[in-house]
Amino acid sequence: MIPLSHYLLLSLALFSIGVAGVLLRRSIIIVLMSLELIFNSINLSLVAFAHFLQSMTGRVFVVFTITVAAAEVAVGLAILVAVYRRRKTVYVEELNEMKH
Amino acid sequence: MEKLFFLIFAVIAIVSAIGVVSLRNPVHSAISLMVCFLQVAALFILLRSPFLAAVQVFIYVGAVVVLFLFAVMVLDLGKERFGGYLHHQRPIALVVVIGFVFVMGFTILHGSLDAPLGNYTEEALVKNTEIMGKLLFTKYVFPFEVVSFLLLIALIGAIVLAMKEKR
Repeated sequence: MIPLSHYLLLSLALFSIGVAGVLLRRSIIIVLMSLELIFNSINLSLVAFAHFLQSMTGRVFVVFTITVAAAEVAVGLAILVAVYRRRKTVYVEELNEMKH
Repeated sequence: MEKLFFLIFAVIAIVSAIGVVSLRNPVHSAISLMVCFLQVAALFILLRSPFLAAVQVFIYVGAVVVLFLFAVMVLDLGKERFGGYLHHQRPIALVVVIGFVFVMGFTILHGSLDAPLGNYTEEALVKNTEIMGKLLFTKYVFPFEVVSFLLLIALIGAIVLAMKEKR
C-alpha cells in the first residue's frame, strides 16, 4: 500500500513543473501544454484523495475536470490560431497590447 | 510490487514533465506530454479507477495531444526553436516556484487526514465503471448537463474563433 503523501508529492512535483513552464517559457503553445500538466496533477491528487477516503466524489469530479480541460484546449488553440493569423507571433511578451 | 510500479510511473512522469517545459522543439514537447499523460493514466489504474484511466488515454492522449501536434504543424512553429526560449523573468519565477514547493511539501509531509471514510471500499469498487455511470446519471446529473452544455459552447466558440474573417 502506497501512502497518500507519495501521490500528493508526485502531484506537487507535476504542478510545480507546470507552473515553472507557464512562467518561464515564451512560446504560447508550451504555456498551454504546461497548463495541461497542471490539470493532470490536480486530477491525480483528486483521485488519490478519493481512493484514500473511499469516496466516489473525487473520481466523478475528475470526469468533469477532464471535460473542462478538453474545452479549454479547443478554445485556447483556436485563440492561438486567430492570434497567429493576425500578429504572426507566438511569443507571450510580444502580445502585450492590453498591458498599458 | 505496487510500490515498484508506482516508482517507475512517477519517475517517468516527472522526467517527461521536465521534458515538456525544457525541450526546444514543440513537437518533442508534445510527445513528452503524451508520455506524461500515459503515466498518469497508469497511476489512475494503481488508484483503482480503470474508467478514468481509459478516459485519460482517450481524451488526453487521443484528442488533446493530437490537437497540440495539429496546431504545431498548422502554425509551423518548429522553425522558431532556435531563438531564446526563456523569459527574462527567470529569477522571480524560480523563487515563486521553489517557495511554493517548500510550503506545499511541508504541508503534505506534516499534515494529517482525518475525514470520515466513505463506503466505496476496494471490494465495492470491483464494479467501478457501473458505480460511476449510476452516479453520473443520478446524483450528479445537473453538473453532467452543465458540462455537456459547456462542451457545446466550446465547440461553437472554437469554430467561430478559428474561422477566416470575411471581407
